[in-house]
Amino acid sequence: MTVVRHSYFMTIRHVRELLRQPWWIAVTLVQPVIWLLLFGALFKNVVNIPGFNSTNYIEFLAPGVIVMTALFASGWGGMPLIDDIERGVTDRFLVSPVKRTALISGRLVHSSLTIAIQSVIIVVLALIDGAAFAGGFGGVVVMIAVAILLGASFGALSNGLALLARREETLIAIMNFVLLPLTFLSSAFMQQNLIPTWMQHVADFNPVNWAVVAGRSAVSANPDWGLIASRAGFLVALLLVCLAFATRAFRTYQRSV
Amino acid sequence: MWYKSTMLMESGTKIESSGAVVVEAMIEAEGLVKTYGKRDKAVRALGGLSFRARRGTVFALLGPNGAGKSTAVKILTTLTRPDEGQALVAGTDVVAYPDRVRRTIGVVSQGTGVDIQATGRENLRLQGQLYGMRGRRLEERASELLERFGLADAADRIARGYSGGMRRRLDIAMSLVHDPQVLFLDEPTTGLDPEVRADMWDQIAALASEQDKTVLLTTHYLEEADQLAARVAIVDRGKVVAEGTPEELKSELRGDAVYVELAEPAVDGAVRDALAPIAGVREVAVDGRALRARAEDGGRAVPSVLQALEARGIEVLSVRVARPSLDDVYLRYAGRTFQEAESEETEVKK
Repeated sequence: MTVVRHSYFMTIRHVRELLRQPWWIAVTLVQPVIWLLLFGALFKNVVNIPGFNSTNYIEFLAPGVIVMTALFASGWGGMPLIDDIERGVTDRFLVSPVKRTALISGRLVHSSLTIAIQSVIIVVLALIDGAAFAGGFGGVVVMIAVAILLGASFGALSNGLALLARREETLIAIMNFVLLPLTFLSSAFMQQNLIPTWMQHVADFNPVNWAVVAGRSAVSANPDWGLIASRAGFLVALLLVCLAFATRAFRTYQRSV
Repeated sequence: MWYKSTMLMESGTKIESSGAVVVEAMIEAEGLVKTYGKRDKAVRALGGLSFRARRGTVFALLGPNGAGKSTAVKILTTLTRPDEGQALVAGTDVVAYPDRVRRTIGVVSQGTGVDIQATGRENLRLQGQLYGMRGRRLEERASELLERFGLADAADRIARGYSGGMRRRLDIAMSLVHDPQVLFLDEPTTGLDPEVRADMWDQIAALASEQDKTVLLTTHYLEEADQLAARVAIVDRGKVVAEGTPEELKSELRGDAVYVELAEPAVDGAVRDALAPIAGVREVAVDGRALRARAEDGGRAVPSVLQALEARGIEVLSVRVARPSLDDVYLRYAGRTFQEAESEETEVKK
């Protein structure tokens, strides 16, 4: 399987960069930690709203913050590709026999590893701050897995857009327009039946919400496995679409160079 | 399409008059057309570019920036597709079988393709892995190339700290890792210091003398094409306007250039009248104090030219005779000097 081998070579390339500057993980964690600890403290009393099902806001918030971290890290995933394009590295790969899919999947495997590490850190912080995660170890693994699925989808999307736009400014503009609204149009911060009705409807079609709902259910005392499986299924479908888009984007890119 | 490709193959494979030596055309471009952008924003980069490079030679595409050289290389190396025309590398159609072509070529593109966050050795290793190399063979090949291109000491340093010349040498080493039959060097010395450039010329010349390697070199340095290439195609506005060995191209201009520096500005007509009777002196032109003419045999014409000018009372400060340069050739075929073309193209880009 050439694709797998090439993906492995590309993953090594990106992971090596990560190992050479591990402090980068700490930098990318600043924001989620602020969300978890400060936002968590600020809205601590949300749990007192009648109808709110959780008794600990940190525990409620943690899956949202993990999904949000995965979403943002992946949304900006196209930036290093633009760097590669500008430096001529991408063109060099494209005139070699490397599989196009590997050029994307190598990046996605790398960002998935990063998301996994960040998620574990957030989980530990949440536990220290009083979260219980009744779903246990298995539930936490599933929660991180759905976050990675969402991250991989947006990573592929971001890489595809990078190939089409080839300008950092364009990618920044698009992602700014997409990432935060998607986060707020979900149940990341507030129970879905307590947000405005129109938002509840939008959230049902929002991939970010699929990941939040599935992750939160997985770590709860009574996981709804049917719900988790369906949302995970939606995310897998989304990932396949985004992968196809990113791979096709190479064709458009090659026509225009 | 098959018949077209067969025809190209046949015409590219010639039997030399000296005997039954079969010389293959390793790179063949036939009527390549490429336009970027759409409608009123469209820019035609190639307008029917054709040439043929023989196995084991250095072939140069010479032209100013924006002439279409890089676009031609991008098509021939499978990076992009032509709108029209056909391109074969080692007899394989680049559009129909890009993967096959990719295995036979090495590419050094304009700028650099070095991953500056990895070491020189890691760059080489990854490149080799993509061509299916592995293990001891790959490690040995990487070390050999690092040694050959003077990068052995820097091999395990991050390429971010390399100088421009070092990155360029690493680029070339990477293009050679899988020992390709055909090598594309797109502006390999642009942006390098003169000293580093001379060193790079030695490296390229050494590559060319290696058995059976065909090198396509693009350059906008006249002396680079003159020095390195067995054959040169002059490219202007997306087309080949002249092709031949550097000597052939220069000799087509028939004769040497004679440059005379006058003490005072002279009238064009007076000078022309003075020199008209001298056999073998043509194309006399005066611009202020500079007189330019062409002579069958420059050395022999100088005494008569000086005599004729003196007879008319035109004082001469200096005389210089030069074999025609590729610059002259360019002027003849493109209808403008190289410098003019360069500045025009830069203006177009703005």
